[in-house]
Amino acid sequence: MRTLTLAWRQLRRDLAAGDIRILFAALVLAVVAVTSVGFVTDRAARALAMEANRLLGGDALVRSDAPVAGPIDEAANDPALRRTRTVELDSMIRVGNGADAQLRLGDLRALDAGFPLRGAFRIVGRDGVERDAATIPAPGTLWLSRAGADALGARIGDRVGIGSREFELAALVVQEPDASIDYFNVAPKAFLNLADLPSTGLVQEGSRLRYRLVVAGDAAAVERFTAVARDNLGRGQRIETIGDARPEVRSALDRGGRFLGLAALVSVVLAAVAVAMAARRHSERHLSGAAVMRCLGAQQRTLVGIHVGELLLLGLAACTLGVAIAFALQWSVAGWLAQALKVEIPPAGIWPALRGYGVGLVVLLAFGAPPVLALRRVPALRVLRRDLDGSEPSAWAVALAGMGGLAALLWWQAGSATLAVAMLAGIALTLAALALIAWLLILVVRRLRARLRGALRYGLANVSRRAGASIAQVSALGLGLMALLLLTFVRTDLLDRWQLALGQDAPNRFIINVQSDQVDPVREFIAARGVAEPVLFPMVRARLVERNGEPVRGEDYVGRTGDEQEDRQSQRRAEREFNLSMADALRDDNKVTAGRFWTGPPAAPELSVEEGFAQGLGWKIGDRIAFDIAGQSFEAPITSLRSVEWESFQPNFFVLASPGALDGYPASHITAVQVPAGDARFTAELVQAFPNLSVIDIDAVLAQVRATADQVSTVVQVVFWFSLLAGVLVLLAAVSASQDERLLEGGVMRALGGSRGQLRMAQVSEFAAIGLLAGLVATVAASVLSGVVATRVFDLPWRQDWMLAAVGCAIGVAVTLAAGLFATRRVLDAPPSATLRELQG
Amino acid sequence: MADAQAFPAAADPAARAAVPALRVRGLGKRVDLPSGPLTILDGVGFDIARGEVVAVVGASGSGKSTLLSLLAGLDVPSSGSVELDGEPVSGLGEDGRARVRGAKVGFVFQNFQLLPSLTALENVMLPLELRGDADVEAPARAMLAKVGLGERLHHYPRQLSGGEQQRVALARAFVTGPSLLFADEPTGNLDTRTGQAIIELLFAMNADAGTTLVLVTHDHHLASRCHRTLRLDGGRLVADGRG
Repeated sequence: MRTLTLAWRQLRRDLAAGDIRILFAALVLAVVAVTSVGFVTDRAARALAMEANRLLGGDALVRSDAPVAGPIDEAANDPALRRTRTVELDSMIRVGNGADAQLRLGDLRALDAGFPLRGAFRIVGRDGVERDAATIPAPGTLWLSRAGADALGARIGDRVGIGSREFELAALVVQEPDASIDYFNVAPKAFLNLADLPSTGLVQEGSRLRYRLVVAGDAAAVERFTAVARDNLGRGQRIETIGDARPEVRSALDRGGRFLGLAALVSVVLAAVAVAMAARRHSERHLSGAAVMRCLGAQQRTLVGIHVGELLLLGLAACTLGVAIAFALQWSVAGWLAQALKVEIPPAGIWPALRGYGVGLVVLLAFGAPPVLALRRVPALRVLRRDLDGSEPSAWAVALAGMGGLAALLWWQAGSATLAVAMLAGIALTLAALALIAWLLILVVRRLRARLRGALRYGLANVSRRAGASIAQVSALGLGLMALLLLTFVRTDLLDRWQLALGQDAPNRFIINVQSDQVDPVREFIAARGVAEPVLFPMVRARLVERNGEPVRGEDYVGRTGDEQEDRQSQRRAEREFNLSMADALRDDNKVTAGRFWTGPPAAPELSVEEGFAQGLGWKIGDRIAFDIAGQSFEAPITSLRSVEWESFQPNFFVLASPGALDGYPASHITAVQVPAGDARFTAELVQAFPNLSVIDIDAVLAQVRATADQVSTVVQVVFWFSLLAGVLVLLAAVSASQDERLLEGGVMRALGGSRGQLRMAQVSEFAAIGLLAGLVATVAASVLSGVVATRVFDLPWRQDWMLAAVGCAIGVAVTLAAGLFATRRVLDAPPSATLRELQG
Repeated sequence: MADAQAFPAAADPAARAAVPALRVRGLGKRVDLPSGPLTILDGVGFDIARGEVVAVVGASGSGKSTLLSLLAGLDVPSSGSVELDGEPVSGLGEDGRARVRGAKVGFVFQNFQLLPSLTALENVMLPLELRGDADVEAPARAMLAKVGLGERLHHYPRQLSGGEQQRVALARAFVTGPSLLFADEPTGNLDTRTGQAIIELLFAMNADAGTTLVLVTHDHHLASRCHRTLRLDGGRLVADGRG
């Protein structure tokens, strides 16, 4: 207790003296970074759990790519259950006619009577009042999502065209009973009566329809139904209950949370560097005091108690403040999110807060404790001989404690030892690379300073003299800056260039759902518009049945490669329908990687498969693959594998059959055309002529990709601003460690006739140089990384962006100057006589 | 950047000869402590003629270092005045006093106080650069040659011995051609032999340059070699004797 009192007193003194404020700030920052991310992801997960209850529109549902029949359909007839169904498809939605028509590709949902069985649509009707809908849309009428109506400029009472039929817009949907958290889907949604669906002409050969059978009732009946359904699920069918709704959203959220958590740990690593530097300075300042206490008979245990006690009190205070700040931050973020997504987000749990405390204390103990613990070894003789310190902690001990602590944190956050080690190695390598660039630049500064005079030379000399500290500052600031540059300038630049490169020769409209008898009229229509005559590819919906005579089952792919995501994808491909097509020859964006592609129609049907698709399903050249096409069987051997440039934005298929092989099977057609930018009426007129066609506007899709990238990177940017702040704290810790020297040297310069302005100039040159170096280091690293991404991912040439360098250096200089001049203001203000007297002894 | 011409009193040689190098009147320094005001210096007054070599002696806490700070314009007095070469410095602001120091004053510190990031040559060039001189390297090289370090121009302070560091400090002090040189225990951190050599060099350079030297010391032997000794006790000037 007495020791704790002493520790408390010492903490108050140190805080008042400003000694450990940087240590405190670094800890607070680490806790804020980790905890705010933790709070936000925790709340998102809770929101998802809550949403899951409303997601289904019933108690259980079966999704299927064909109407549900057989035992599952019969099980739904259980008298204790109510049942209904919906059919979904993509379709053009048209408002108005002629030149003023507005067209959007949207989601169409045809609802059967009784839907939803749980929850209700919130709609706004003719009277403008928002209420729960009692029924589904009456025949001949339609509802539109409110955002969709806004996008199309539709008002209640307007005529809305779907396929070859027109409906009256009877209500706007504010909230769907089974709206999932689909953050980025902004396509308009139209709801109509299932009885009206056939009259739209949209249900044709090859149309891609999604069926849902929804049931609700007492728990036992639902249980019985799900048991039967699970046992009888066919190809392309999936059952969802409240417990397992939207696994893809759940896993996306999980991955997103994990990524943000790891990004936050970059700030923690940098804050840990600041903690280590500040703790070292703190321990140096206490050497004399510790020696005197030893002289007065204090035992090692007492010294340890006081200093570690002080650290723990400081840590608890910093963690509490950090958690409080994080709580306030996430409160506003969640408020904004709830408003933007129109969902209710439940409050956060206690776990993120506890984790914040955990991270804060681990950082403190791993990085702050070793130098402070070393104080116990101070020899009492130091009272007489100041050159004895004996407080230097073993470098190995510090490194081991620090790395051990970090590894533990990363393991915890990443949830996997491999990922943690990879992450730690990644951060260490990045920092090492940045440090190497910083060291080279500091060598340049050393040479440069000979050409400067007086205060400027002194400022630059400081950069190269404290080379170790300078490298730490430059690397830490550079890391934060690099991440921000990558997320802002490089990202937008790459997307711009990619879009520009695409725009030159890539198609900008995909036309799908073209029926066999429409192929020639559509081709003529397009040619008449002056657009290059398109190639229409048949699309035959097929389901995989056998490979080399062995039945193919989705569950065979569970755990096949160990990559959960890839296996899940292969499982889906094995279970669901996908499109086969035919081709005479390959375009430039397809390259044969194995086997031989046919030249002219072969004697018997052959298949050419995209290599990634084949690899996922374990297919090889020579394998005979059998498909089920609308009840008919089709079988052929694989004779070639292809690589495909998907980013060419041309219609491409995983599986191609040889010419004529699919003749006679039900097919729809697809084509892609490049419509001149000035032809705004193309889509409207095409759909007017062929109401069943759907037109996908690639420009709109790219705009959506962009908007999504913007939203995601905004969140990630916030996390990396923490990293830049942590870099600033490393700078402050380094300045603080050299504060005595700076004060003394400032005093000497004043004594030699240096003015305040000259001292200020020396500081400006030093911090501007460090900021400039950090900016350069960040720019070099960001340029290299963006070069790799540009050449490898986007297939664009590497290009040096001088604007990036200018912005990186400007931010680096501005941030460093502000922080450095703030930290060294005492050097200017301290009277030289007092400084010299105080420090030269 | 100010230079000697900024101080008209020093421009006319005849007038200059009549003005003492230092004129101190009623100098006092008081600081306010939580326990009440503490008087460090009280009513100190004297003149020091040009070219005079003066030792300031006294026990620890007698106010020697405070007096030196006030004389050199490093600090401002609570009462009284200091004139350097006829120029009142007590009333000037910090930058004004810095200009006067740059133009007229040289320093030698007990701990040398070389800037560790600069080489020996750069350390000696620094006061000339701060003063705004155009030609800085040649005089600095010459001065280092004079103190016997012509071969160690590009060494950093950490690469030099204590004696060598103090030689650099002497070169730095004399390079601006100051009219007044303040030395605070210049041998305090050196062994006896090295200290002796430094004192010989200091006196020789001082005689050569005709500088007025004010030297704070505990060393009676050193004090006895000066023209005059000012003794402080409890913040008061208790003796002013010529040696």
